Amino acid sequence: MKGRTDWAAHIVLCIGVAAFLLPIWLVFASSTLSAAAVQRGELTFIPRLSGFGVYYRVLTEPSAGTGPAWRMLMVSASMALAIAVGKIVISVLSAYAIAFFRFPFRLTAFWIIFITLMLPVEVRIIPTYMVMSELGIINTFTGLTVPLIASATATLLFRQTFLAVPDELFEAARMDGAGPLRFLWDILLPVSSANIAALFVILFVYGWNQYLWPLLVATNPKLDTVVIGIVKMISTESLTQWNRVMATAVLALAPPIVVVLAMQRWFVKGLTEGEK
Amino acid sequence: MERRTIFSGWLLPVLLVLPQLALTIVFFLWPAGQAMWSSTTLTDPFGLRSRFVGLANFRHLFADPLYVATIWRTVEFCAAVSTLAIAAGMVLAIAADREIRFRGLYRVLLIWPYAIAPAIAAILWILLLHPQIGLIGRWLNSIGIPWDYQLNGPEAMLVVVLASSWKQVSYNFIFFLAGLQSIPKAVMEAARMDGAKGFFRFRTVTLPLLMPTVFFLLVVNLVYAAFDTFGTIWAMTSGGPGKSTETLVIKVYRDGIVNQDIGSSSAQSVVLMGGIILLTILQFRFLGRRSGGQ
Repeated sequence: MKGRTDWAAHIVLCIGVAAFLLPIWLVFASSTLSAAAVQRGELTFIPRLSGFGVYYRVLTEPSAGTGPAWRMLMVSASMALAIAVGKIVISVLSAYAIAFFRFPFRLTAFWIIFITLMLPVEVRIIPTYMVMSELGIINTFTGLTVPLIASATATLLFRQTFLAVPDELFEAARMDGAGPLRFLWDILLPVSSANIAALFVILFVYGWNQYLWPLLVATNPKLDTVVIGIVKMISTESLTQWNRVMATAVLALAPPIVVVLAMQRWFVKGLTEGEK
Repeated sequence: MERRTIFSGWLLPVLLVLPQLALTIVFFLWPAGQAMWSSTTLTDPFGLRSRFVGLANFRHLFADPLYVATIWRTVEFCAAVSTLAIAAGMVLAIAADREIRFRGLYRVLLIWPYAIAPAIAAILWILLLHPQIGLIGRWLNSIGIPWDYQLNGPEAMLVVVLASSWKQVSYNFIFFLAGLQSIPKAVMEAARMDGAKGFFRFRTVTLPLLMPTVFFLLVVNLVYAAFDTFGTIWAMTSGGPGKSTETLVIKVYRDGIVNQDIGSSSAQSVVLMGGIILLTILQFRFLGRRSGGQ
């Protein structure tokens, strides 16, 4: 094998890489065209330097069907962060309780949490909507985020991590007189930091990319996430300003991609180990 | 598995588990119960009163040829998306697992698409395949091949399948690469010494060792195709033209939110719950095999 170039592998990988990079590059380059040029079907792979003003315009001015993109990006970022942090916090707490204590109805609690694995929002669209309107949290940031924070996957993952913590560590902490909360904060969390980092990436991407949920509970344009906004922009078919759509798409893609790339090593390890 | 060492006391753990439990009950169990209840009731046309009708909603649902057609369409869609995404992910992972130059770079370039939102994938593919402005769609029409997925059902199906499977390749790639890297070097070395080469070695040594990963990904991909593709389909075709790209989730959304038919859409939600319970059970079966085999 050594000394000979493995052409077949290079060709396969180049095709694969191109299949993902080229569409994105096409959208990036074509976002600098004028709306009329796109409408005539003149997409390009060469960006027009004078056309980059479109990014300033979509960020600051409203487009047909939506508000300015900076606002939608803020909503998306707050939503993704609230979901990621919220899920991690409540999952760490519940997994800690289930792994390190014995209390009445412990198994019942575990199974109730476990069941949520089988009830993604897509299968309970109407009933969840009805419950939300009874609670009066339609069109609120609370409604957008809090219902997505319950997480069986994260609880199971942390429980698994916590169960693997050696008994010696626990005994040593108890000898030092550390109480349950001290132990969690000073020992357990540092030991699990790689898992937390991995989970953060997965959950941030999950939160940022939500579509059906905000579509359902946030009809107020002020709560439009960037993913919702972009679909609104193309739904006004006759007036679609494609250069603006493409610029917004680039802006919507950038944050989750940056997060994945920046934390790639933890992310890949956490994803493949956690979902086993 | 349980821990041998534990803290004593019960008040603190109850407080710790309470937030998770409360959210689960309010936003998961209550709606699920609500769905089961309203799936057995019928609301009058003015939405004023509802009465108990037993399983009538389900009988109507399965007697409706449109619903049955949607089930089959969803099955076909899921099978196509899963097959394409798994095959592409596997081929790329096998190539990236070779001892070649730039493999670190290749891996990075194939991992980032994990971050693409299903609805944004739809935008990218519209710009490729749209009959008037899309790069490929326009080209097809210009060389005399009529192409318009907004009017032609099978073409629309092809478009949503392509966009949906494209988005999932990266996920599968990550898992196949991890699966390949967990195969002991000694096994591959032994196969090579015995003269097993190329496709024969892949079929007799690599593939059997990858089967647990394949089964696991099959279930994950089916769930993805059935539920997470709502954004892709809704943004590209909204289930059209006609009903040619309407999957079960699109139909629940349309019947329940757009057309406000609560009884029928609740019954549909209950059917979906049944489906996902089945898939979850399958997943745990294969999950057991996966960890048992390693």
